[in-house]
Amino acid sequence: MIQVQLPPQLRSLAHVSGVVQIDVPPPVTLGAILDVLEGRAPVLRGTIRDPVSGRRRAFIRFFIGTNDYSHVAMDEPLPDEVANGTQPVRIIGAIAGG
Amino acid sequence: MVGVRVLVGTRKGAFVLTADAGRQDWTISGPFFEGWEVYHVAGSPADPQRLYAAPSRGWFGQLIQRSDNGGETWAPVGNTFAYAGDAGTHQWYDGTERPWEFTRVWHLSPDPADPDRVLAGVEDAALFETRDGGATWTELDGLRRHGSGPQWQPGGGGMCLHTIVRSPVDPARLHVAISAAGVFRSDDGGQSWHAANRGLHSTYIPDPEADVGHCVHKLAVHPSRPDVLYMQKHWDVMRSDDAGQSWTEVSGDLPCDFGFPIAVHAHEPETIYVVPITSDEFHVPPDGQLRVYRSRTGGGEWEPLTRGLPQEHCYVNVLRDAMAIDQLDDCGVYFGTTGGQVYVSANGGDDWDLAVRDLPSVLSVEVQTLA
Repeated sequence: MIQVQLPPQLRSLAHVSGVVQIDVPPPVTLGAILDVLEGRAPVLRGTIRDPVSGRRRAFIRFFIGTNDYSHVAMDEPLPDEVANGTQPVRIIGAIAGG
Repeated sequence: MVGVRVLVGTRKGAFVLTADAGRQDWTISGPFFEGWEVYHVAGSPADPQRLYAAPSRGWFGQLIQRSDNGGETWAPVGNTFAYAGDAGTHQWYDGTERPWEFTRVWHLSPDPADPDRVLAGVEDAALFETRDGGATWTELDGLRRHGSGPQWQPGGGGMCLHTIVRSPVDPARLHVAISAAGVFRSDDGGQSWHAANRGLHSTYIPDPEADVGHCVHKLAVHPSRPDVLYMQKHWDVMRSDDAGQSWTEVSGDLPCDFGFPIAVHAHEPETIYVVPITSDEFHVPPDGQLRVYRSRTGGGEWEPLTRGLPQEHCYVNVLRDAMAIDQLDDCGVYFGTTGGQVYVSANGGDDWDLAVRDLPSVLSVEVQTLA
């Protein structure tokens, strides 16, 4: 199972808690993970990537461990640790203050 | 039960306020979509239990939420707003060309007869329509492509289509207002459009009487006078007696004529309401006194309405979509403030009371009159 960690605002929106576990057929890519995620929770459609252009939203980043995958192509296969479920894909929103 | 349901959009969620016809005791539910900026919540005139809300967030984009039970529960519907064809460019603040880019929905206008049909005004300025209850949205691109689109430029809040006025007698006639482009009119249900800004005079643009470029803040119409339109412009309160073909100023004896909302009494088509704000520099009420002004003469002559409103140390604003009226015999007037108060007058503006006082900053107020 692929593990995905959503930012708190999207966990609330999708009514999920903790790390989300999903089945993603290979090849496991960011695009494929988001496709499955949005299929399972349609309310997330458009919140992580623009629904028209498919581009990652500007205030969103993707991390695997401490490595930044925000600028990796959506169709680029992800490391085995993601595919075998030992490392979650972390979706992180920009910190806001004030 | 005869009563009212007040739909409040705020910077941090939506709230639903209900009361009986006395409009004294309020039940408040929410926040819905907590943490999301809700620019507008609107109910279907054809099915008052059908509500649409437009939450958005800088991080996560636009959602559209729908309720089929008067706001008790909500479910997401379609949120894809794709401009038709090559979107082209409009002007940025500095006059450079900027590609059209969807940011958020500002205003929702449910169809009077069909709860599944809704118009949406969006930023960057365009008009979208759903005919399937919000599942899919299609741009009515005749507006953006009618000719002046490349000259449109944003106001301080962005380049937004914030006002949609449907003719009370002709379903094919629409007026929309865009900041800072002005008013546009369609007589064929939104397929083709022309600018309707003749008579507007805006000293803050190079040609004060240009065809487009005016920062129109809000329009209002009374059901019995389909050709009479009222406007709160950036500066100036205006009136048209020919469905927007020409405008005359009716600011009259207002202490200042800058402001955002304008509304018409439910049963008196010449009674209108505005909230004067000091200036575009300060965006606060004059002298720290929150005053609604009422004209019973369709503009020109105005009276301040102050009973129940703070008359000292008040520095809130009332935004363009944050004033509404109900349809009860003794017409109710409502407005929300950037300080989170929602004020209600159950007697046409003579006396005011708080429905709720500590909400997040209020962006919009709509009222449903329930039989």
